[in-house]
Amino acid sequence: MNKFTEDDLKKELETKEYEYGFYTDIEADKFPVGLNEDVVIAISKKKNEPEWMTKWRLEAFKVWKEMKEPEWANVRYKKPKFQDISFYSAPIQKKTLDSLDEVDPELLKTFEKLGISIDEQKRLSNVAVDIVIDSVSVATTFKKTLNERGIIFMPISEAIQEHPELVKKYLGTIVPTTDNFYAALNSAVFSDGSFCYIPKGVTCPMELSTYFRINEGGTGQFERTLVIADQGSFVSYLEGCTAPARDENQLHAAVVELIALDDAEIKYSTVQNWYPGDKEGKGGVYNFVTKRGLCEKNAKISWTQVETGSAVTWKYPSCILKGDNSVGEFYSIAVTNNYQQADTGTKMIHLGNNTKSTIISKGISAGKSQNSYRGLVQISPRSKNARNFSQCDSLLMGDQCGAHTFPYIECKNKTAQIEHEATTSKIGEDQLFYCNQRGINTEKAIALIVNGFSKEVLNKLPMEFAVEAQKLLEISLEGSVG
Amino acid sequence: MDLKEKLISSFLAFENKGGLDLDSNVHTLRLKAIQNFENEGFPSKKDEEWKYTSLKPLLKHDFSLFPSGEKSVGFKNVEKYLINEIESYKLIFIDGVFSSFLSTTTHDECDVCVLSSALTKPKYKMVVDHYFNTIAKENNSLSELNTAFAKEGAFINIPKNTIVQKPIQIINFSTGSEKEVLLQPRNLVVVGENSHVQIIERHQNLSQNTTLTNSVTEIFVHKRAIVDYYKIQNDTDDSSLIDSTFVSQKLQSVATVNTYSFGGKIIRNNLEFQQEGEHINSNLNGISILNNKQHVDNHTLVNHKFPNCESHELYKGIYSDKSTGVFNGKVIVQQAAQKTNAFQQNNNILLDDGATINAKPQLEIFADDVKCSHGCTIGQLDESALFYMQSRGIPKESAKALLLYAFANDVVEKIKIPQLKTRITKLIAKNLRVDLGFEL
Repeated sequence: MNKFTEDDLKKELETKEYEYGFYTDIEADKFPVGLNEDVVIAISKKKNEPEWMTKWRLEAFKVWKEMKEPEWANVRYKKPKFQDISFYSAPIQKKTLDSLDEVDPELLKTFEKLGISIDEQKRLSNVAVDIVIDSVSVATTFKKTLNERGIIFMPISEAIQEHPELVKKYLGTIVPTTDNFYAALNSAVFSDGSFCYIPKGVTCPMELSTYFRINEGGTGQFERTLVIADQGSFVSYLEGCTAPARDENQLHAAVVELIALDDAEIKYSTVQNWYPGDKEGKGGVYNFVTKRGLCEKNAKISWTQVETGSAVTWKYPSCILKGDNSVGEFYSIAVTNNYQQADTGTKMIHLGNNTKSTIISKGISAGKSQNSYRGLVQISPRSKNARNFSQCDSLLMGDQCGAHTFPYIECKNKTAQIEHEATTSKIGEDQLFYCNQRGINTEKAIALIVNGFSKEVLNKLPMEFAVEAQKLLEISLEGSVG
Repeated sequence: MDLKEKLISSFLAFENKGGLDLDSNVHTLRLKAIQNFENEGFPSKKDEEWKYTSLKPLLKHDFSLFPSGEKSVGFKNVEKYLINEIESYKLIFIDGVFSSFLSTTTHDECDVCVLSSALTKPKYKMVVDHYFNTIAKENNSLSELNTAFAKEGAFINIPKNTIVQKPIQIINFSTGSEKEVLLQPRNLVVVGENSHVQIIERHQNLSQNTTLTNSVTEIFVHKRAIVDYYKIQNDTDDSSLIDSTFVSQKLQSVATVNTYSFGGKIIRNNLEFQQEGEHINSNLNGISILNNKQHVDNHTLVNHKFPNCESHELYKGIYSDKSTGVFNGKVIVQQAAQKTNAFQQNNNILLDDGATINAKPQLEIFADDVKCSHGCTIGQLDESALFYMQSRGIPKESAKALLLYAFANDVVEKIKIPQLKTRITKLIAKNLRVDLGFEL
């Protein structure tokens, strides 16, 4: 009887469509394919950027040309052809918007399909949203409420115009243009993203959220996020992403920089649900992201991520614990199914005294997917009493998938205490049997067990996201136990 | 002329002068090996496998490649490096040359002799052709280098159903007759079905001159055979060792390799287990106790290819002064290897600022019905335990030593030869600079 249900489920899963795989026909202003200096200058011009910005981009481009694509990650994929991608695509808007009523109705429909309504509903749930479609930010809500407290939350392109001093001071300080291949590419061609500044001592009254969507075909998305939490402030930031189902592989190369000054705290949560490709592994988004945060004295940065989408993920949200008593946290669930590949993890660089870091990584692989954890814990010679705890658990479903761990631990101080543990297992037949015996069918039982497995991480997500993430987990994995 | 060029250019002379059979299969292997080495060269830090260990300080030496003749070394001088409390077979090499005077070999129940005779005598041709250089990795340029110059070392061939009563000691001495010397011993161990053997291996420099040893050992463990292999690495601060050991196991066999690293300038241990059957048990144990500027790099690999196998790995390290420890443990579980149990543990204690640990425990798992785990810790002695002991009148230094001794004891307990256990215990006590005050 069991077998029957599982086969049924398997079929259901295979045919289950990517919910967000639709494409909205919005008139778009799209650059011709290819990348050269002119394109970089054109993007800069389009954004009406000051000269220092154009210069910064060109320098990044120069560096990028010299660099080679990284190959050390445990993923295999067809290299994107950078000359076949359009590096800028924007939904055409006739004029600047004064109120939401003027937004293109097609756009609004898209948001509704995505489950984001920019109107009242969101207002009730108390989340300020910045929405980025293809390459540009199209709508930002709640600006006024935030402004009252001096919080700046706007597309980064606007921030370059309106707060150049802040952008100039911090942009590229955490992830320099020379950092890696994709960071350099992003620095050269990023078209938009979110910018957020929380002034001294302010606790942001609501969750800030950015929603990314790739809409046009043949484009890449390169967004840049910069979050600055000034002394003693607090902000919780959410990020979500979707893309239409396409046969081609689309490239997403983002850079996120977080700066937590003394006593500040940033909580950054991601639910990544880019199109993962179909069940034969065709199409899907390449997700090559560089995320890094800097903690000053007593500051705290917490990364929480739920990775269910993308054909290939290459992502290592990191913390540089520069200040004394600073804290870095990383909570991650990475789910891979079918032919998805994920190589994800974190870097915790301990520089200050009494710094603490916690890493909880849960990998779930099903189908023919490969899931890797790759992390670095580094204790510098001058960092006294550093403390790290890492735990990487992998759950395997089916015998065609793989789970890998590559933890690097480098310790140069005798006062450090480091613990690392990793386990790999599958869902036990006894656990399933126990559930079945109590009248819970196999599908529900798996959901239950997976939820329990990921609970430590799910608990760290803000409420609204936790529910969404839980659903995502179920959708990505239902019936994949054979 | 750098070392690589020197090695390559002296290869021809080595083959011609050495009185080696140029028609044999081994000659073909050597030729291929030197070519591979020429292409690959010495590994650099850019190489992921050599990320934490640099060979640069070693390669600048002008090593003498072929130390001349057999030196006479009196038994008195080397006695203390041998375990004499028990009867054993001994294979003793001085500057890479077999010393028949100091050694005890046999051909009775099994063959315990030298590789040079195995490579040349027709009666061993079958064995050599079948096993020699079949599991040493081709992409590892250092073991290729060893293969190219393979000439002398231990040859141990145990037939079916034989329990070798005495342990076998393999000891490589260097006398320092030349200022800087490169030794490349090559060992081949074949253990037949249902047989059992214990082997102790040691490299020892008798002078203060620089030595570099690039050793390769291949061990074949057949059905239901049991092999215990002990490596004692307690050399002088001018000696460096690159030790590559390849173990191939057939079904239901049990192989254990224990590595005790207490001294040497740079030690690199490559230890690989290939499981070629079901119900295999592989054990890897190690202790590193380092001080000064010593550097030990333990690279292990267990490749699970068949179902129902186990591997247990336990490495402990105590690092003081400016020493560096590297642990890179890789466990691969292939898709077919269902029901695998693989455990790996690595515990480290840092005693001084300036000491460094780089650990990379790695799991690569392609099968779902497995139990695999690894744990890695880095820490210090428990302050409260120290205080407890001090409050009961134990001086701080002794308390510290006792705690460290207890820390290492897990691994020492695994030694199956009592006399060897005593020896290792003493070495540990000496390295921790303590007098335990009691005999163990």
